[in-house]
Amino acid sequence: MIDNKEEKLLEPAVITPQAVIPPRHPMSGEGVEIILEVKNLTVSFGEEKVVDNLSFSLKKGENVAIMGPNGAGKTVLLKALLGILPYQGEIKWSENAKISYVPQKILPEKNLPLSVEEFFRMKKAGREQAKEALSSVGITDERFLKKMIGMISSGQLQRVIVAWGLIGNPNVLLFDEPTAGIDIGGEETIFNLLNKIEKERNLSIILVTHDMSVVYGFADSVLCLNKKLICHGSPAEALGQDSLKKIYGEGVTFYKHEH
Amino acid sequence: MNTSYFISLITAIFIGGAAGYVGSLMATKKMSLVGDVLSHIALPGIGLGLLYGINISLGALASLILGIMLIWILSLKTELSMESLVGVVFVLSLAVGFLITPQEELLDALFGNISTVALSDAIAAVFISIVVFIAARMIYSKMMLAYVSEDLALASGVKINKYNLIYLFLIAAVVAFGIKVGGTLLTSAMIIVPAAVARNASRNMRQYSLLSVIVGIASAIVGFAVFPFLAERFGLSFVAIGPVIILVSIVFFAVSLLFKKR
Repeated sequence: MIDNKEEKLLEPAVITPQAVIPPRHPMSGEGVEIILEVKNLTVSFGEEKVVDNLSFSLKKGENVAIMGPNGAGKTVLLKALLGILPYQGEIKWSENAKISYVPQKILPEKNLPLSVEEFFRMKKAGREQAKEALSSVGITDERFLKKMIGMISSGQLQRVIVAWGLIGNPNVLLFDEPTAGIDIGGEETIFNLLNKIEKERNLSIILVTHDMSVVYGFADSVLCLNKKLICHGSPAEALGQDSLKKIYGEGVTFYKHEH
Repeated sequence: MNTSYFISLITAIFIGGAAGYVGSLMATKKMSLVGDVLSHIALPGIGLGLLYGINISLGALASLILGIMLIWILSLKTELSMESLVGVVFVLSLAVGFLITPQEELLDALFGNISTVALSDAIAAVFISIVVFIAARMIYSKMMLAYVSEDLALASGVKINKYNLIYLFLIAAVVAFGIKVGGTLLTSAMIIVPAAVARNASRNMRQYSLLSVIVGIASAIVGFAVFPFLAERFGLSFVAIGPVIILVSIVFFAVSLLFKKR
């Protein structure tokens, strides 16, 4: 469906300020600090190119959603950005970027002898810092620190790793598919949580997601990926019918609610 | 109490504590399999040591380091899992070890003979135990983080491969110097059992690592304490003290099952 079409799609969409839905942090084109610049990034596993010749840049404070089908190289891209996978090409973070990573999910063994508090101490976070980060993700019960990490629910675990990511006051958060089938419990969705964190802490969030409502409600720009860069721009532009077909194939539609 | 008995006791206490501590770092199923069989890789070195009259601890250490390097290189080159590679190197060592170890010494190599511990062995064992303990303490929390999530550990700048290698060397050091106490079979028990006991009874990392050390040391002390009675009752020779220490640790394990959290 998508084979061989990619050649025509190499030109990223141009970002215009007059987009249908303006970015939530409107930024003028000039004088904006670039926090990340990626040039000709290629990541290969053996012979296979999982990320193929990717170039893009991100502005400070911009929230970016990375979309694409399974196997499109989204997680691999994140890991390359983190510098934990070998790559060819250039990844340049600005000097004052403090990056933190929230993985897709962690699966500690049920009886791993490790308390939540000790988990935070691994990032040199004392009790107070841990409490503060946990309250940012909606966990205020102090007894929670004493619980074993393998024993808490998957929703709580998701909150804990988000809180863990907040330790050390990063200004860039890399989220790998925070919604991935996890109900974080309570009334709150991971989307509300991200919004809250982003407002409270004034940071850039780069997240991998499949959830279109997150993309429209949260992201300033979208990067669609299928090994190569398919589109890059504001959600409304980048996710026009054509782009969606290009990334996911025919027959995919997203009805955006107008309010 | 004669000097030789005292020297043996000190050796057993230090090796027991260090073995318990490094053993507690095998907090995942995957790693405990590795640690279990790793000690047997010492066998060819012990055999050569016995044949040529070299200190068997040094022989064991050389053989372990060679084995670990072999596993290491293979795991980087072939992408096979660490467990299966350790398995292959293990049977290789066992076969070679059996072929070269003199028949009459085979039992000592497998089960240890604490009566052969000399003062120099004891000093070396104490020194190595302390070094191993300090080194393990330095990598402890990073290894634990890798058990929670390799990605998180890598993203936090933990070089997992490097720490795994250091860790294997620490086990090698404990095995090599604990070999006179417990032989290859029982030394692996000294590494595995205290951690298993601690795991049943602890709720966090601090309790867990502390309890592993305590059980390792207590097994040695209780083993030496009950040995004279058992020896009298069943006519055991001093050689049997290694197995007695292991049995004591198994008793601790049985008790810990009562505390096992649901």
